[in-house]
Amino acid sequence: MIEVKDLYVSYGAVQAVRGVSFTVADGELVTLLGANGAGKSSSILCVAGAIKAASGQVMLDGEDVTSANPEAMLRKGMATVPETRDVFPDLTVDQNLTLGAYVRRGDRKGVSEDRERMFDMFPRLAERREQAAGTLSGGEQQMLVIARALMSRPRVLLLDEPSLGLAPAIVDKIFEMIAELKAQKLTILLVEQNARKALQVADRAYVLRLGEIAGSGTGQEIAGSTDLDALYLGG
Amino acid sequence: MDFAIQFIINVLSLGGAYALMALGLVLVYGILKLVNFAYGELIMVAGYTLHLVGGSPLPWLVMALVAVVMAMVAGLATDYVAFRPVRAKSVTAVLITSFAFSTLLQNGALLFISPRPRSVPLPEIFSQSVMIGGIPTPMRDIITIIAAVVLLGLFAWLMQKTVLGIAMRAAATNFTMARMLGVPANLIISSAFAISGFLAGVVGILWIGRIGTVAPGIGLEPLLIAFIACVIGGMRSLQGAVLGGFILAFIDTTLNYTLSQDLLKFRDAFTFSLVILILLWRPDGLIKGPASGQRT
Repeated sequence: MIEVKDLYVSYGAVQAVRGVSFTVADGELVTLLGANGAGKSSSILCVAGAIKAASGQVMLDGEDVTSANPEAMLRKGMATVPETRDVFPDLTVDQNLTLGAYVRRGDRKGVSEDRERMFDMFPRLAERREQAAGTLSGGEQQMLVIARALMSRPRVLLLDEPSLGLAPAIVDKIFEMIAELKAQKLTILLVEQNARKALQVADRAYVLRLGEIAGSGTGQEIAGSTDLDALYLGG
Repeated sequence: MDFAIQFIINVLSLGGAYALMALGLVLVYGILKLVNFAYGELIMVAGYTLHLVGGSPLPWLVMALVAVVMAMVAGLATDYVAFRPVRAKSVTAVLITSFAFSTLLQNGALLFISPRPRSVPLPEIFSQSVMIGGIPTPMRDIITIIAAVVLLGLFAWLMQKTVLGIAMRAAATNFTMARMLGVPANLIISSAFAISGFLAGVVGILWIGRIGTVAPGIGLEPLLIAFIACVIGGMRSLQGAVLGGFILAFIDTTLNYTLSQDLLKFRDAFTFSLVILILLWRPDGLIKGPASGQRT
């Protein structure tokens, strides 16, 4: 479904991603692992259309979507949860969800059903639906960003470090939810520093090191063959 | 008591006009993080449109509507001519193109109309007065207050309740994230310019209603007022722009009442000194607004 071929991403003179290739099949959960600065987030943002590729190709369902606009990628069914946990702080929880369904805003009935579904899935958000999103805790903001992404009814979900900076109990909850989304046959590309957690839910994994692919395989293969602690340190 | 009523009406009508001006400027600034220096010329366009259709037998309200629509068109033209081609490339380029577009419009007016002020048609009501609390009050002040209340209410509703308004507020805090939710950048920016033009058009008519004539340089003062109001209130906040407009009007009106004839010439110097004091106290403006994302 997603096919990335020989991707390069640069920030000025700095090459963050150097010739990365990977694939994600329909209904698959693939994770990109690696230390800070390995090029994980740059890769995922480039797939999402938020930053431009220096060279290489991104294909979605056989269509070349390299450096497409982020709004075009969403319309093609790809929703993104960025690492920076970008809730719109001055909008209420409800308004954040409304924006998540921006491309489906004509379908009022469907949108309000989905909204209630999200509130069932995340009761904490339901309690705070009229509250400004900036006043939520980190974990609640992460839930909101994921719920907001799901409001567009995506076929593919890109998750960038959903566990970053959250308490262990909330991390467990987020990963439970990722497993649940996977069970619903959503295609997921997950970037994580928490390699152990990610490998528990992933079908396949790629290890990035200094902007290049350093290894790939099924979740068990990577878990067995790689020193997971070294991953954090860039080893 | 008489004095108080008069003072309050003055502050509210001047403040209403200032607030609408500031809102039109900050709306575009919030999304693009760029000041539209051609903003004052939108007011000029409204004025000249009113002057040009003045000879026609149309009812005045229709003429005013045409003027507002032309200001919106000029706002959209600013986007297409000055902003869109260079927006993604460099801030400096946009500063220059928006100045250039402003100069182009002004010179167009100089060349094709006249460097001298031209009269605009105004309905009787603009020169009439009513008695409020025993004081003759110009109807145009009352009209300005009513227009400001209606437009600020309409604007608040648009930004709070409609998907377009919510999307515009989202784009102002984090444009890239809004785009990743499928909000199209060009639609949002064009809408901001159109609304900015609408506010400039209405405020232009009210502004020119005070003066009675339109000249090529008429946009400079409103641009400056709008800019200062935004700086006082906080460049990132829509409420701040409105608050800044009313504060600036309060300062101006107070100085008008208290300064002696000789000192009144230097009113702007007093105003700006007070603005500097406010900024020393609150460098980000009075209302900070949400932490804002990268310029796109």
